[in-house]
Amino acid sequence: MTAQSTPAKAPRPWLALRDDLLIPLLAIVMALIVGSFVIVFTNFGVLDILSGASSANLAGAMWSAIATAYGSMFEGAIGNFGAIATAFASGDSAAIGQALYPISESLATTAPYVLAGLAVAVSFRCGMFNIGVEGQIFLGAIFATYVGYAFTGLPAIVHIPLAVLAGALGGALWAAIPALLKARAGAHEVITTIMLNYVAYRLTDWLLSGPMQRPGSTNPISPLIAQTAELPRLLPEPARFHIGFFIALAVAFGVWWLLFRTTIGFEIRTVGANPDAAQYSGMNVTRNLVLAMCLSGALAGLAGANQVLGMNRTMTGGISGGLGFDAIALALLGKSHPAGVVAASFLFGVLRSGATKMQSVAEIPTDLISIIQALVIAFIAAPAIVRGVFRIKRGGDDARTVFMRGWGR
Amino acid sequence: MDPVLELRGITKRFPGVLANDHIDLALGQGEILALLGENGAGKSTLMNVLYGLYKQDEGEITVRGKPLHTTGPNDSIAAGIGMVHQHFMLIPVLTVTENVMLGQESLRGGVFLDRRAAANRIREISKAYGLEVDPDAYIKDLPVGVQQRVEIIKLLYRNADILIFDEPTAVLTPQEADELAKVMRSLVAGGKSIIFITHKLREVREVADRVVVLRLGKVVGGANPKTASEAELASMMVGRQVLLTVDKAEAKPGEPVLIVDGLRVLDDREGLVVDGVSFDVRAGEILGLAGVQGNGQTELVEALTGLRSPQAGHVTIVGQDTTRANPRTVTELGVAHVPEDRQRDGLVLSYPVADNMVLNTYYLPPFARGVVTQQAEVDKVAAERVKQFDVRTPGIATSAGSLSGGNQQKVIIARELSRPIKLLIAVQPTRGLDVGSIEYIHSRIVEKRDQGCAVLLVSTELDEIMGLSDRIAVMYHGRINGVVNAADVTKEQLGLLMAGVHPDQALAGPAVAA
Repeated sequence: MTAQSTPAKAPRPWLALRDDLLIPLLAIVMALIVGSFVIVFTNFGVLDILSGASSANLAGAMWSAIATAYGSMFEGAIGNFGAIATAFASGDSAAIGQALYPISESLATTAPYVLAGLAVAVSFRCGMFNIGVEGQIFLGAIFATYVGYAFTGLPAIVHIPLAVLAGALGGALWAAIPALLKARAGAHEVITTIMLNYVAYRLTDWLLSGPMQRPGSTNPISPLIAQTAELPRLLPEPARFHIGFFIALAVAFGVWWLLFRTTIGFEIRTVGANPDAAQYSGMNVTRNLVLAMCLSGALAGLAGANQVLGMNRTMTGGISGGLGFDAIALALLGKSHPAGVVAASFLFGVLRSGATKMQSVAEIPTDLISIIQALVIAFIAAPAIVRGVFRIKRGGDDARTVFMRGWGR
Repeated sequence: MDPVLELRGITKRFPGVLANDHIDLALGQGEILALLGENGAGKSTLMNVLYGLYKQDEGEITVRGKPLHTTGPNDSIAAGIGMVHQHFMLIPVLTVTENVMLGQESLRGGVFLDRRAAANRIREISKAYGLEVDPDAYIKDLPVGVQQRVEIIKLLYRNADILIFDEPTAVLTPQEADELAKVMRSLVAGGKSIIFITHKLREVREVADRVVVLRLGKVVGGANPKTASEAELASMMVGRQVLLTVDKAEAKPGEPVLIVDGLRVLDDREGLVVDGVSFDVRAGEILGLAGVQGNGQTELVEALTGLRSPQAGHVTIVGQDTTRANPRTVTELGVAHVPEDRQRDGLVLSYPVADNMVLNTYYLPPFARGVVTQQAEVDKVAAERVKQFDVRTPGIATSAGSLSGGNQQKVIIARELSRPIKLLIAVQPTRGLDVGSIEYIHSRIVEKRDQGCAVLLVSTELDEIMGLSDRIAVMYHGRINGVVNAADVTKEQLGLLMAGVHPDQALAGPAVAA
């Protein structure tokens, strides 16, 4: 083997970095290309030409189908550059708000993705697979909602942090259950977290149709939270862009700092990378597993709090909408690195918020976005395909982070 | 006689490395040719070319006079070349027969596996070459030595007559290695020819008919193993004079640092594997713990270092009871532990060298202030230690997993020995390493002893135990079967103790020179 015959391979960090950035980028490109096939072959105009019902130019019809779809998606997600420029030139704040609406909506969608993605990433880093992020989001949302409406008369400067932290606490407590079951009884967290998701759904159903139901309502919905608990919005209505986006970025930085700049993070990562070596080095493996799981749950809880306090201002059963499962993809896509998770979340935020516009303009169902998301993940999970298509040589260090040590242990 | 296999001018380049540089090699019929060289000398590359895993850039191979053009291992196998890999290619949940016939199944009626026919052929082969194995046993139930026999049978089943053994003894106990030597003898007696890759000098002298030494991708010479001394072979291999025996002064033992009293330890299956062990190790001496693998040494060390809780008995380290202490407490008392499995316990392979250098001191100043890691300090100290301990790495940011085995071990040695320590527990510190690295690590261990450190050396290599130890304790079936002064004991006597013979008997006979 060559690995043996050379004393050690020369370090080529730029190759590792190139792999980290280039592969996901090309995966997105490939997903869009494959997605365009789906667009073309579900387009009635194109299908008519193919079946001979229409004699219009095939290539032209195909191109226009793709251009309309992706064009409207881009406009819905980022905005129209011309409109933005005109709005700023006019200096009219309402016009600026309107022009920035698409991108601001994308960023507002990005925030909970960041938090939930970080939750999964932290569990991966410690060698566990937290599939219970969805349930922890619900619990975080419940806690934040309760503090949001039940506590009144507090100034916003106290009420907001209190409600946000209550969300984190709710998620952390819910995640502590599988953590302790694993530590004390050896129960695999994949099983227990999945099961606890169902408990969380039904708990929410009961609370929203019982103790936490909005007075006078027959629907499963909580009371509106107090205005003092609302995360301040930063653009005029109807934009929902609120400070949650910046909180999410700050939290991402905090998680990065904790993981890579402190002894706490060093222990978490060591337990994840090699639990035997962690034990040999005198680290308390069990304590670190519990700590990482609670931290993961707290991040998920923050995502739930963000949805209640920033976006919806009330709690319903649809508060998460599968956020906790998208989060797994985000952590994989971001290679369990906070910066990667932020980038992946922005991608998902853009795709999701562009989907709405695409549906109304190009009449393509939002499901296409789910297909593109799935393709991005598939191509990232199989980098060999991307390398093969774009003829990229393998670079960097082979001994890279293992994401899921939790499986099979 | 014409050679059965001839390599002429084989050259293989990898980006930045000339792995094989115009290598000429000929293997005679019925010959055992040892290919000797340090890790990285190009032995494995050459054999992978021969086996068809790599394509040579220049040069040609002929088998029995016919040129061999390989596009993959299948061509080599068809030409009668077979390879026993260092890491076995067996499927644990299948039986010996199923593994052997895999890829070349005998069929009955075109669809059903004919296990009986295959098993019968395996029995024939076993009998012909002394490869004892039960065809119906499951691989997972077999000891490593027997698994290796299955690998050999696999080749013979495919009618290979040129056999390549890639570091075959690296995973074997001394007894299994002796068995293998016999098997190799009977193989050549049966008309096979063997190339045997190794860096262990003793084995070369025991089994090889001829030695070819590789260094830095070139053939640097050949020798007759019966006449060449180990020192000559070692210096050919390393390219300089090598000290094979450790030069050490008389030990000056002081106070006991480690006292083990009546220790009983259970293994993972709740079996009693350490059964009432008592001994002590004094400051300034090396106590060698000899024994065949699997006699309780692993669990004993785990109990001493806090990785396993003993069932009964006491462990005292520098006067403190550490019987059920955790690993951190033990480490902080000044105990260094060079673990048996360096890749599993001793290193985080995905981490850079720098982080591995502080794997058990990361939380102490100057590496941390509060909970904040001081990466600059870590990097500075790591760079110093890399230099001081001669770790061959492109840099401290290189991941430990991409270093060679010897350099991985040096990272562990550097980490463990550069703390202020009072007790060093080193388990198999040189397993799988080349001569140069072994020499270096041995001299470091003796140096620690001379500084007044107590050393517990656990090894299954008799040469290592005898070369380094001041006193030797032999472990057999979970008990200490005698403690002797290293100066008064012969290899044969130790062998008897390791085999469980009572010390009165084992040491009674006149000491025969080893």
